[in-house]
Amino acid sequence: MKVSLFITCIGDIFYVNAGKASVELLERFGCEVDFPVTQTCCGQPAYNSGYHEKTKAAAINMINSFEHAEYVVCPSGSCAYMFHEYESLFKGDSKWEEKAGKLKQKTFELTQFLTEILGVEDTGAEFHGKATYHSSCHMTRLLGVTEAPFKLLRNVKGLELIDLPNRHDCCGFGGTFAVKMSSISEQMVDEKIEHVEETKANFLIGADGGCLMNIGGRIQRNEKSIKVMHIAEVLNSRGEA
Amino acid sequence: MPMHIGEKEFSSRVNKGLEDDFMRGAVRSAQGRLQTNRAKAADELGDWEEWRYLGQEIRQHTMENLDFYLKQLSEKVAERGGHVYFAETAEDANNYVKQVINKKNAKKVAKSKSMVTEEIALNDALEEQGCEVVETDLGEYILQIDDHDPPSHIVAPALHKNKEQIRDVFKDKLGYTNTEKPEELTLFAREQLRKEFLAADVGITGCNFAVAESGSFALVTNEGNARMVSTLPKTQITVMGMERIVPTWEELDVMVSLLTRAAVGQKLTSYVTALTGPKDETEVDGPEEFHLVIVDNGRSKILGTEFQEALHCIRCAACINVCPVYRHVGGHAYGSIYPGPIGAVLTPLLGGYEDYKELPYASSLCGACTEVCPVKIPLHEQLILHRKKIVEDEKKSGFGENVAMSGFGIMAGSSRLFNTATRMAPYLVTPYAKDNAISKGPGPVKPWTDIRDLPVPQKERFRDWFKSRKTGG
Ligand code: SF4
Repeated sequence: MKVSLFITCIGDIFYVNAGKASVELLERFGCEVDFPVTQTCCGQPAYNSGYHEKTKAAAINMINSFEHAEYVVCPSGSCAYMFHEYESLFKGDSKWEEKAGKLKQKTFELTQFLTEILGVEDTGAEFHGKATYHSSCHMTRLLGVTEAPFKLLRNVKGLELIDLPNRHDCCGFGGTFAVKMSSISEQMVDEKIEHVEETKANFLIGADGGCLMNIGGRIQRNEKSIKVMHIAEVLNSRGEA
Repeated sequence: MPMHIGEKEFSSRVNKGLEDDFMRGAVRSAQGRLQTNRAKAADELGDWEEWRYLGQEIRQHTMENLDFYLKQLSEKVAERGGHVYFAETAEDANNYVKQVINKKNAKKVAKSKSMVTEEIALNDALEEQGCEVVETDLGEYILQIDDHDPPSHIVAPALHKNKEQIRDVFKDKLGYTNTEKPEELTLFAREQLRKEFLAADVGITGCNFAVAESGSFALVTNEGNARMVSTLPKTQITVMGMERIVPTWEELDVMVSLLTRAAVGQKLTSYVTALTGPKDETEVDGPEEFHLVIVDNGRSKILGTEFQEALHCIRCAACINVCPVYRHVGGHAYGSIYPGPIGAVLTPLLGGYEDYKELPYASSLCGACTEVCPVKIPLHEQLILHRKKIVEDEKKSGFGENVAMSGFGIMAGSSRLFNTATRMAPYLVTPYAKDNAISKGPGPVKPWTDIRDLPVPQKERFRDWFKSRKTGG
C-alpha cells in the first residue's frame, strides 16, 4: 500500500523524531512511504484567524502536492482536519472544491490510519514507563478520532497508561490563540499541567505537534520533569526508554 | 449600548477576571457540577444525538418561516384579548413598556428572569421614570440588591458569587443575620420577595418559547417565581426576542426537554409555567390585561445570513458551562450580558464589531461548545466566520497581523520559499537558542516565549532526513 506522508510544518521543523517514527511504523506494516517534497504548511494559522483568501495559495499547493497520493497520512489530528476544511474554503469554486473533496476522502491521522485502514491494534512496541495521554480537541471533536490512540497505547508492552483527569479540556494552544490571548492560554495550559501532575506520570503522550509544543514548552519553562512525547515515538519504540 | 457591562477595554476586563481568584473558584466548581449533571440527564433521555438533530431541525424550520409564525402568534394573542407590540429597537420596546406602566400608574413592577430585558436594559429605563423594579429570580435578586452587579451567566446570573459572598450581600444590604447555608439564604430571599409580589402592580416576564398555534408562552424556571409574576399582578407584560418561538405544543415539548437537560441537567427544571393571554371570565387566576412585546433589536438583520444559526440558540448555557476560556476569565470579561461561546458569537452581531471585535478571538476553537449545543449550532465555526468578516470585510485586523499573515500565506503557498525559510530558520534563531530551546524570542515569537519555551528548529529537517535515507546518504 502506498502512503504519502503529510508531515506538517511543525513535524518537519521541530519534531523530526516523530516523523521518523511515523515512517518506520508505516513501513513495518507494509506501507511504501512517499514524501511529496512540494508540501508546505496546511494554512491553518491563517484560516483560523479569518484570512481565508490568504489561505488559498497554501491549500492549492497542498492539494496539488497530494493529488496523486493513494492515502495521505498525517501525524497530527489538527492538521489532518485542516485538509478536511479545504472543501468549505473553496465553496462555490467547483474545480477546487471537487479536488478538496477528493483529498479529504483519502486523508487520515496516523493512529486512525493504523487502526481503521491497516487494522493494526498492536504495533509490537515496548516502552517502559508511566504515562498519560492528552486527547487533542481537533482530533477528537472535529476529526472524530477518539479511541484509536488508546487502543494502540494499551497494547504497548511495559507502558502504564493512566487516565488524564478532565482529558477533554483544551490545553490552550489553539494556534494563534496561544499568542493572541496569551494570558488566558497560560491559565489553560497550567490547568492542563496540573492534571498531568495529578496522574504522577513521567511521560505525557500526544498526537498533535501543536499541543505538545504548547504543553511541553510550558513544562520546560517551569522546569518540571515530565517528558513530552509524540505517540508515533511510543508506538515505534523497542523498549529503549 | 445596553448590552454592555463593565469596563470598555477587553484586555482590562480579561485581566480583572484572571486576577479574581474568588470568582474563578466559584466558576470552576459550578462548571464542573453543571457539566456532570448535563451529561447524566442527556444519557437518561436516550439517544441524545437524535434529540439534537430534532432540535436543530425545529429551530431551522421555525427560522425559515419566522414571518408566518410571528403572524400566527400575534393573531392568537389578539384573539384572546391581548395586545401585541413589535419593537424594532431596544428603545421602542422600553418606550412601549413605559407607556403601559404609565397608563396603569404603576409604582412597582415584579419581574421574572429574562435575558432580553437585560439586553434592552429595561430596568434602567423603568427606574429612570421612578418605577421600582423587583427581580424575583433568586440570582437576579442577589445581583440587584448588590448595587446592580451585572449577570455573568445566562442561566445562573450570580454564578460568579459563592455562598459566603451572597450572605455578605444580604447582611450588608438587608440586615440578614443567618448563615451562608443555601436553604437559609433562599428562605430569607423568598420572604422578602413574597411581600414584593403582593405589592406589584405590573408583572413582567421573559419567555423561553412562545407557542404560535395557541398564542401561549412557556417560562422555564427553577423557583416557580415566574408563576407568581404572571398571576399575581393585574397587568402582565411578556417580552420576547423575536426568534423565541415554536410552531406547536409538540415542538415545545422537544425544546423544553432539550433546554432543561442541557441547562443544568435537571430532567425538568422545577417549573414550566405556561401562560395564555389575559384571563377570561371562567378563569380565577391570571392577569386582567396582557401585553406581548416582540423585540427585534438587530435580529432580523441576522436572518438569512451565514450567522442565522446563532438565532437558533435556546439560551441553555451548555456552551458556557463547558468553555475553558469562560472558566478562566468569567462572564464579566466578555463585556456583554451574553458571555461564553454564544456570547462571543451573538454579541458582535447585536452590538457591532466596533465594540466587540475581540470577542470572536476569545476562543481556542477547541469545539467543546459545538459538541454540547443541544440545537447543534456550530459555534466555533461561527467564531471563525466572524474573524473572516473582521479581517476580510471590515478590515479591522491590525496592520502587523495583516502583514504577518500575508507573509505566511505567500510562504505556505510556495514550496520553494517554504523550503528556503525552514532551512534558514535554525540559523536565524541561533542567537536566541540555548539548550535546544528558545526562552526569549524576538518579535512575533515573543508572546509565545513570554509564557513557554519554543523548541529550536532542527538543522536536519524531516525532509532532509527522508531524502538522505532514500538516497542512502
Ligand atoms: S448556543 Fe447552544 S449551547 Fe449555547 S446557550 Fe445557545 S443553545 Fe445552549
